[in-house]
Amino acid sequence: MRHSDFKTALTDHAAKLFLGVLFGAVIIVALLNLLVPADSALHVSSYTVTLLGKYLCYALLALALDLVWGYCGILSLGHGAFFALGGYAMGMYLMRQIGDRGVYGNPELPDFMVFLNWDQLPWYWHGFDHFGFALLMVGLVPGVLAFVFGWLAFRSRVTGVYLSIITQALTYALMLAFFRNELGFGGNNGLTDFKDILGFSLQADGTRVALLLASALALGGAFVLCRWITGTRLGRTVMAVRDAESRARFLGYRTEHYKLWVFTLSAVLAGIAGALYVPQVGIINPGEFSPLNSIELVVWVAVGGRATLYGAVIGAILVNYGKTVFTGVMPEAWLFALGGLFVAVTVFLPQGLVGLAKNLARKKKTEKDEEAHHEPA
Amino acid sequence: MSRPDSFAANLRETFRRDQVFGPLRPGTRPVSPGHLDTGGKHILYMEDVTVSFDGFKALNDLTLYIEPGELRCIIGPNGAGKSTMMDVITGKTRPDTGVCYFGQTLDLTAMSETDIATAGIGRKFQKPTVFPEHTALENLELAMAGPKGTWHALLKPVTGEQRDWMASTLDTVGLLGERDRLAGALSHGQKQWLEIAMVLMQKPELLLVDEPIAGMTRQEVERTAELLQGLAGEHSVMVVEHDMEFIRSIANTVTVLHQGSVLAEGSMQQVQNDPKVIEVYLGESSS
Ligand SMILES: Nc1ncnc2c1ncn2[C@@H]1O[C@H](COP(=O)(O)OP(=O)(O)OP(=O)(O)O)[C@@H](O)[C@H]1O
Ligand SMILES: [Mg+2]
Repeated sequence: MRHSDFKTALTDHAAKLFLGVLFGAVIIVALLNLLVPADSALHVSSYTVTLLGKYLCYALLALALDLVWGYCGILSLGHGAFFALGGYAMGMYLMRQIGDRGVYGNPELPDFMVFLNWDQLPWYWHGFDHFGFALLMVGLVPGVLAFVFGWLAFRSRVTGVYLSIITQALTYALMLAFFRNELGFGGNNGLTDFKDILGFSLQADGTRVALLLASALALGGAFVLCRWITGTRLGRTVMAVRDAESRARFLGYRTEHYKLWVFTLSAVLAGIAGALYVPQVGIINPGEFSPLNSIELVVWVAVGGRATLYGAVIGAILVNYGKTVFTGVMPEAWLFALGGLFVAVTVFLPQGLVGLAKNLARKKKTEKDEEAHHEPA
Repeated sequence: MSRPDSFAANLRETFRRDQVFGPLRPGTRPVSPGHLDTGGKHILYMEDVTVSFDGFKALNDLTLYIEPGELRCIIGPNGAGKSTMMDVITGKTRPDTGVCYFGQTLDLTAMSETDIATAGIGRKFQKPTVFPEHTALENLELAMAGPKGTWHALLKPVTGEQRDWMASTLDTVGLLGERDRLAGALSHGQKQWLEIAMVLMQKPELLLVDEPIAGMTRQEVERTAELLQGLAGEHSVMVVEHDMEFIRSIANTVTVLHQGSVLAEGSMQQVQNDPKVIEVYLGESSS
C-alpha cells in the first residue's frame, strides 16, 4: 500500500513515461512547425499543430471523466457540459479581446449584442475583459455547477442509470438554454470570430504552438494530480465507494462527500479542457452541450480502458484520430462506426485497450513460465 | 439522508401513543442524542421493534438488551429475523415501530449508517463483504478507526504506528501472508477472517458478528472462538451462528429468536432444556 505524495506521483516510472512521451511529441511537433521551412518534407503544418492541441484537450476531458467513472463509478453522461462551460468562459474573454474590430465596430458590445439591439453589456459579462478573471471562471463555473448538482444528487442517493440520465438531462437543458438569444451567449451561433489572446494573434504560428504547449502542460499537470490523488487514502476510499458503497457507509464514511469531491474536481478539469479547446478551434457554440458529445466521451474512455488514467488519454487520442481520418473518407458513417466501436469494446474488451495489452503481457509471461517448467522434464 | 430533527424525534418519542410515559418505564432511557453514554446498565436497548416487509413481520415486537462487555449469542432457525435485527441496529433497515438505543443517548432509528458506525458499532455481514479490488491490507486501512473526512484522507498518510497496528491485526487473523493479495482473490474463509479483522480495526464498542465461521476449517473455528471470547469484556459482542457446538464453546447467554421475537433467553443449558425451544429449533436439528 503506497500513499503517494506529490513527488512520487511526478517521478515514478509510469509518470515519467507518460510525461516523456507527451512532452517529447509536443516539443518535436513545435520545433518542426516553427523551425523547419514550409517547403521541407519535415515541416509540420499549423493545421496539424492545432489538431494535436485539440486532441490533447479531448484527452484532458477523458482524464476528467476517468476520474469519476473509472475510479468512483459515476457514469456521467453530462461531462460535455462542464467542458462547454469552461469553453464559454474562455470564449467570453476572447470576445472582449475583439474590442472595436467587430463587424459593427462597437467598442462596448460584441457583434451579436449589437445585432440584438442591446444597448449595454449584461452584468454577467463584466470582468471578462480580464484574463485572470476569465481563468477563474473557467474553473469556478463548472466547479460550482458540479458541486450543487452533485450535492443534490448524491445526498438523495441517486446512483447508477438514474444518475447517468439526469447528467444527460443537465447537458441537454443547458444546450437548449444556450440556444436562446436572450441568454446573452450568442444563441446558436455561439461565440466566434476571435482575434487574439493576451494580445497575440490567434492566427500566428507562435500562438498556436503556445496553445499546444499550454494544453500539454494542462494534461501533464492533471495527469500527475490525478495519479497523486488516486494513490492516496482518498483515492482508495473513492474506489471502495465505487465497488461497495453501502459497505463503506457501514465503516463510517460519508460516501456522498467523497463522490462530491471527485465529481467537482473532475468538472473543473473538464472546464479547463474546454477553455484550452476554444481558442484553438476558434468557436464555441451550444452544439458543445449536445448529449451526443458526452456519450462520445464515454466511448473514448471505454476504448482506452477505465481506471488507469493513461488509458483514457490513449483512448481519446486514438478515437479522435480515427474520427479525423474516418470523417475525411465517409463522414455520414462515423456515428455508426462509433456505435459499433462502443458495442465491440463493451462485449470484447471490457477493460479497453489497456486491459487487452495487460492480458497479452500476462499470457506471454505464463507461456514463458510454462516453457521454463517443461524444459527440464 | 439527513438526520431528522432530533428535537422533534424526542418529542414524538415522549408522546408515543402506544405506551404511557415510555421514558419512565424501567429500561427505557430518555433521549438526548449526543455522544455514546455507556453509563447505564445496558449498552444496547431494543424494545418492541417491529419490521415488516410487505405485511410479513420479519421482526415482531422484539425486545432485547445487551450489557457492556457481554458476549451474546443469538440463535434461531433460518428466517427468524437475526440478520434483520442487525440491519435495524446498523441503520440499514428502519423499524416500523419500536425503540433502538445505543447507550443512554443515541437513538439508532434516527441515525444514518455512517453516524452509527462512527458512534461505535461495527458489523461483520453474513455474506462476507470486503472490498474485492483492494488488497487485504488496504481493506484494513479503509476500516481503521479515525477521522473519515475527504481532506484528511488526501493529506494524512497512514502513520508507522497505524501500519504496525494493521499488520498485527492481520497477524491475529492469520492473514499476514496475504497482506498484498486482492481481497476478491481470497478464499471464503479468509474473507470471513478479513472482515473480522476489519471490524477489529474499527475499534467498536459493540461488534455485531453474523455467522462468522461459515467456510472455516476446524482450527480456524477454534481461533475464531478464542478471538471472540478475548474481545468480550472490553467490547460488547453479539454473535449470530447456527453451529451449536461453536455456540456451546463460547456462550454465556443465548437468545433464541423465532418468527421475529425472542423465544427464550438464558444459559445454553437453560435454553437447551426449554420445551418451546426444543420444539421449534433444537428439536428440528437433533431429530
Ligand atoms: N429486504 C427484505 N425484503 C423482504 N423480505 C426480507 C428482507 N430482508 C429479510 N426478509 C425476510 O425476513 C425474514 C428474516 O430474514 P433474516 O435474514 O433476518 O433471517 P435470519 O434469521 O438472518 O436467517 P438466516 O439464518 O437464514 O440468515 C426472512 O423470511 C426474509 O426472507
Ligand atoms: Mg441471517
